[in-house]
Amino acid sequence: MAFTSRLSLVLTSLALGTTTAPAFSQDGDGLFNLSGPSSGRLLLTGGVSQVEGSAGGGLTPWALIAGYGTENQIGGAGYFTRVETDDYSLESYGVQVGVFNRVELSISQQSFNLEDVGVALGLGPEYDIDVTTYGAKVRLFGDAVLEQDSWIPQVSVGIQYKDNAQDALVQSLGADDGDGLDVYLSATKLYLDQSLLLNATVRMTQANQFGILGFDEDYSVEFEASAAYLINRFLAVGAEYRTKPDNLAIAAEGDAFDVFVAWAPTKNVSATLAYVDLGNIVVGDQTGVYASLNFSF
Amino acid sequence: MLKTLTTGLALTFLASSAMPALAAQDSAPVTPVITDGQDLFERFGGRPGLERIMDDFLVNLNADERTAPFFRGIDETRVKRMLVEQFCVILNGPCTYTGRSMSEAHRGMGVTEADFYALVENLQVAMSDNGVPFRAQNRLLAALAPQHRDIIAE
Repeated sequence: MAFTSRLSLVLTSLALGTTTAPAFSQDGDGLFNLSGPSSGRLLLTGGVSQVEGSAGGGLTPWALIAGYGTENQIGGAGYFTRVETDDYSLESYGVQVGVFNRVELSISQQSFNLEDVGVALGLGPEYDIDVTTYGAKVRLFGDAVLEQDSWIPQVSVGIQYKDNAQDALVQSLGADDGDGLDVYLSATKLYLDQSLLLNATVRMTQANQFGILGFDEDYSVEFEASAAYLINRFLAVGAEYRTKPDNLAIAAEGDAFDVFVAWAPTKNVSATLAYVDLGNIVVGDQTGVYASLNFSF
Repeated sequence: MLKTLTTGLALTFLASSAMPALAAQDSAPVTPVITDGQDLFERFGGRPGLERIMDDFLVNLNADERTAPFFRGIDETRVKRMLVEQFCVILNGPCTYTGRSMSEAHRGMGVTEADFYALVENLQVAMSDNGVPFRAQNRLLAALAPQHRDIIAE
């Protein structure tokens, strides 16, 4: 993505976050009104933004709809994430819109600097691969927060269409395709009696390394799980695990996990810091730091 | 694979009857009581603690422009007493709730989901300001959450 487009995307995210964006709500006639300063759902209940641009944890999309909009409101979020592992780095940024706590749309960019991984692949140390991800998520049933007297979780189905900008390269590395579609189902619930949020996701994907190394023609089924413990209204700690396919002969791939701390001093801003292990990416086990800023309304 | 998954989901969807240790019914005309409370009532400071929390709660609600309209012109003394009684019962304390059901009390108010959450936020602040441990706060909120069905207008 051109620098100016990247810059305007980040600035838009900041603008979304730093204005006291009013919550738009729909009255009985279906007209949209401004209904005062950002309100809606409770702190941290929009999740943060996962690496592929959907609302959820850091690695995994959750059934929660982005932002703080309730069933009559529109909310959303913008984010910026940086991951630094031993041999490569990743920047991800994007925006999400949540409509009536029912539908989420997202667009995001994943920009991978291959660093030593690039050297190992014969590309040189400053090689970037860009993936643009378009996401959509629909809440099918359940409410993760309100239905405390039921075991039924909030369940959402989602898709992530990923378009790798370096088609020719990834295909030369053995990938079958330069773009692909992930489909996932997530079940999320906040167990207030235990101050614990749990998520389980099942995903069908063709993506190699989240899509950085292209896409396989065959789908595989992968599993993801997150747990977050609420320490207080503003702070949560947790862990996630995500299995990944292993399609490329040239580049072995392993499961990923992280342990994180998420801090939301206000409803509009949250910061997440994590220790992440992305599994083997070509040259070895990639462990490192994940840092993310999320702006929600 | 997909068949197993959908079967599992369907079973999960159907298995909706199990609940935590809460004596309540679906539409909650009866106040729920937390029976595995482990000194919950004490963590809220007993009756005096609840009274202090409700004092702060009402101050917060009147100061918050999202909730203030609902509390204009109410009999504050009575509302506070009803809140204290209700929360005391929920926390398995030695009280009787003498107020109306949540549906009756909120009928015709046009409470939205956002209004409901705004009230919860103000309650959280009042509980925190009075030193109620976060775990205990969440146990109360877990018991109160199902009441959204009686409070939020259709």
